Amino acid sequence: MKKRVISIVLSAVMAAALLAGCASTGSSAPAAESAPAEEAAPAEEAAPSEEAAAPEAGAATYALITKSAGNPYNEKEAEGFQEVIDAMGGTCIIQHPEAATADAQIAVIQSLISQGVSSIAIAANDANALSAALQEAADAGIKICTLDSDVVADSRATFCNQAGVQEVGQALIDAVYDLTGGEGQYAILSATSQATNQNAWIDSMKAISEGDAKYAGLELVEVAYGDDEPQKSTDQTQALLQKYPDLKVICAPTTVGIAAAAKVLQDQGSSVVLTGLGLPSEMAEYIGADDAHSCPYMFLWNPIDLGRLAAYTSIALVNGDITGAVGDSFTAGDMGDYTLTGLADGSGSEIILGPPFQFNPENIDEWKSVY
Amino acid sequence: MKEKSLWKKITGSREVSLVIVLIVLLAAVQTLSPSFLTATNIAQIFRNNALTMLMALGMLCVMLTGGIDISITSTLAFSGMTIGLLQKYDILHNTFLLFLIGAVIGLICGSINGMIVAKGKVAPIICTMGFMYIWRGMAYVISNNAWASGQDVAGFSDFGKDGAIGPYIILIIAYIIFFVVMKWTKFGRQIYAVGSNKEAAAISGINVKKTITSVYAIMGMLAGLAGVLSVSIYASAQPNMQYGKEMDVIAACVIGGVSMSGGRGTVVGTFLGALIIAIIAKALPLVGISSIAQNFVKGVIILAVVVLNVITQRTMDKQNLSRREI
Repeated sequence: MKKRVISIVLSAVMAAALLAGCASTGSSAPAAESAPAEEAAPAEEAAPSEEAAAPEAGAATYALITKSAGNPYNEKEAEGFQEVIDAMGGTCIIQHPEAATADAQIAVIQSLISQGVSSIAIAANDANALSAALQEAADAGIKICTLDSDVVADSRATFCNQAGVQEVGQALIDAVYDLTGGEGQYAILSATSQATNQNAWIDSMKAISEGDAKYAGLELVEVAYGDDEPQKSTDQTQALLQKYPDLKVICAPTTVGIAAAAKVLQDQGSSVVLTGLGLPSEMAEYIGADDAHSCPYMFLWNPIDLGRLAAYTSIALVNGDITGAVGDSFTAGDMGDYTLTGLADGSGSEIILGPPFQFNPENIDEWKSVY
Repeated sequence: MKEKSLWKKITGSREVSLVIVLIVLLAAVQTLSPSFLTATNIAQIFRNNALTMLMALGMLCVMLTGGIDISITSTLAFSGMTIGLLQKYDILHNTFLLFLIGAVIGLICGSINGMIVAKGKVAPIICTMGFMYIWRGMAYVISNNAWASGQDVAGFSDFGKDGAIGPYIILIIAYIIFFVVMKWTKFGRQIYAVGSNKEAAAISGINVKKTITSVYAIMGMLAGLAGVLSVSIYASAQPNMQYGKEMDVIAACVIGGVSMSGGRGTVVGTFLGALIIAIIAKALPLVGISSIAQNFVKGVIILAVVVLNVITQRTMDKQNLSRREI
């Protein structure tokens, strides 16, 4: 009898623990919901002006759907998008779905269709699940482009790609060239050995350095894998330092690896310097030009510029300057001219933002609070 | 019978055979990478594996009662993330208090585990599997999927910085306490008694449920401490930190001769087991084994040592039996 009582109590405790888990998710949800609500307000304010403007100038309405609310990276994308549309005198609608799911985005797409927007730019949460909703939008005459994450090519006109493999590889190998002074040993600290992005970037670095005599003085001694795990990345970094006493540069094209390596190098006061791809907020502590910091500069893409490119692309699509075909080109304001290039599998087109954005001692303070 | 042959002496004690394994391993690594045994390297071995070594002590107690706890790295992440966030939002920066909070969070998590296993009679692997998801999930929820980064924990991370003595002090104190408790106290002997034979322990007046609850609580507390230590050593808190590392802790215990069915295992053995795991982790990238083959080699070494353990154990049992024969 006593046992039964105890087990009931315990079940209750377990249930309570589960509920506690749910409760905190629940409490964070309203916070997430509040963001779209805030965004919705300016959109509503904008709506009447659109109605007023529409009969006269036929000004278009440009919509952006981000991945989810509550992420500073998405906010920056939206900021860039809004800036361009406002400057062009168009109407801008920005929607942050409450959750980073395809379902939440489908609901948003459908409401935008009924609002009769001219274009939708979307950072897709799923490559396939949005197809039907986007097709419906296209049938309604809405121009569609994607940014940040693509959908299957026949569901959109084109894709604003923040990280062309070639551009990332070029930026990284140039950084290695610069930091070694043109010759010497460097090593790469990657994520896992199967990580698609990292492998593509590393292959591109290798191809570029083999194909150009400029990089002949560089010697890649090893590609180590830290499995995106601080402990293993630390072990691997220490091993690299020990195995190659003449090592000059470590290049870590992964956010966890670069932070772990930065800590090892900085703690040891090592003369080896670091570059790669990292999150500004994680790396602020380690970025600096002097010997007390381990990373002179590193890269990632600039979400504001990505938002701006998506805005210019939307405008070009709506104006009929481009259709989404490979070879189309347009001018993206002060960002310069862009040409649509074909995807590797030949299924559609993409627009590559450009070389990744450099974070250095001058701008890191501004970016570390962003993402 | 008093003059045991050298061979019997060697095979007669698990700890001695582990020391031999350790020496063989070190000799092999030293040959392949002559600069291995340096003061810096040895210090790094302990520092990089401080978490595994610390948690192995708790796992020893849990496994001695015949249980297992696979929720430890989730507890670690929950505790580590909490103290990371406390600093990120400038609520608390006192190193001692942060450690205390981490330990208390772990203690609470572990106690819940213990009560459910002891009083609810849920199989330990099932119960702790549930909490493995729950605490890990909580770490994601409280962090809102973001990190507490190097600059958030600046100052606090000096405690575990390369070259700082903090992690070593914690390890030394923990191992001394556990060595004394397991060997010379009533509580230590109760844990062994419960693991060897629950019914007999209960009959002899040991509160079995209390003992079992306590070992999970201790395990949780160590995992909580390890979470704080992890944030200090790696200068960042991520909700997915140490994901999957509970297996290293269990492997350390198993290599150290701790029986999965309970009642058998020592603090010295656990220390040696954890040290072997640590040396493997440190040596594999150094000796020139290609990155993609490292996990394979690690698995082979673990299995080889465990098989050796089993053989040693059999020899011991046989010797004990033959001593009893008249």
